[in-house]
Amino acid sequence: MSAGEPRANPWRRLWRAAGPRATRGQLLAGVLCAALGFGVVVQVRQTNVSGLADLRESDLVRILDDTTDRGDRLAGEVQDLETTRRELTEGSDQAQAAAAAASARAQQYGVLAGTLPAHGPGVVATVTDPSGALRSTNFIQLVQELRDSGAEAIQIGSTRVVAQTAFTDGSGGVLVDGRLERSPYVVSVIGDPSTLATAMDIPGGVRETLRSAGADLAVARAPGEDGVRVTALHAVSAPQYARPASPRP
Amino acid sequence: MIAAVGLVVGVVVGVLLHPEVPVALQPYLPIAVVAALDAVFGGLRAVLDGIFDDRVFVVSFASNAVVAALIVYLGDQLGVGSQLSTGVVVVLGVRIFSNVAAIRRHLFNA
Repeated sequence: MSAGEPRANPWRRLWRAAGPRATRGQLLAGVLCAALGFGVVVQVRQTNVSGLADLRESDLVRILDDTTDRGDRLAGEVQDLETTRRELTEGSDQAQAAAAAASARAQQYGVLAGTLPAHGPGVVATVTDPSGALRSTNFIQLVQELRDSGAEAIQIGSTRVVAQTAFTDGSGGVLVDGRLERSPYVVSVIGDPSTLATAMDIPGGVRETLRSAGADLAVARAPGEDGVRVTALHAVSAPQYARPASPRP
Repeated sequence: MIAAVGLVVGVVVGVLLHPEVPVALQPYLPIAVVAALDAVFGGLRAVLDGIFDDRVFVVSFASNAVVAALIVYLGDQLGVGSQLSTGVVVVLGVRIFSNVAAIRRHLFNA
């Protein structure tokens, strides 16, 4: 169109074309536009609902490849996670077993070191010394004899006897680890009752030594599980110089 | 006017009936729709140019749709269907843009 043409011209032309005239061209255009609208709507709906059915073979192959890759990746991930889970459960099982073993060992050591109360079959030996003639050596001999015959926990009076226990002569009694014990001395021992009782009666042994010193020894066997209770505890101080060393390879 | 009414009628019929597209036609309907759109914009431009001819419009509409679908069908048979349909859509899109630009120049002088 030329520059001098009035601007309203194309609008008028459009309006004239849009005017309802029942010409064959108008009807055909209407029918075709109806077909177009129909096609657009159908295609839009189809696009919204379409799944894989209307895809081309190459697209399907690509999607299948993608899905397979993704499946492989996820399967690998599953494997990794299962491995991790297995390691974690096994690890916790091992940790639990180790903790149980450690606690059992700690209890054994506690009984041996005198830091835990103990009970079990054994004997209760009562040493009566009315004249106060017994010396610390007599008790060292007594404890030595008890240990030789398998005593596992020993208590004299209210003092636990452990490896470091010292016996000292005191006035009116014997100092056991610095604590004064007086007659009658009640010695609670956990071990095999008959072996312990027999050990006391060895000729030239503890009983005869005590008797020659003017004291008397009475041994009461307590064979039951709750026969003897050793409840006195030994206070363990942390070692000042000694450090645990790993064994040399 | 009748064309606009027809468009609305087609949309309404499509919404009400929501028919299933046959599987064999599914790859070709979108291309045919784009080709028909191109024909419609071409017709609109012809109206504004004052050279609209109903016979030309009908023939171009039908041939556009059929040829576009045929090209894609041929491409599918040759194994380049997706590339060829992309090419057809690009060409038709360029034509639609140029037609719309001509219409815009007619109506707004811009």
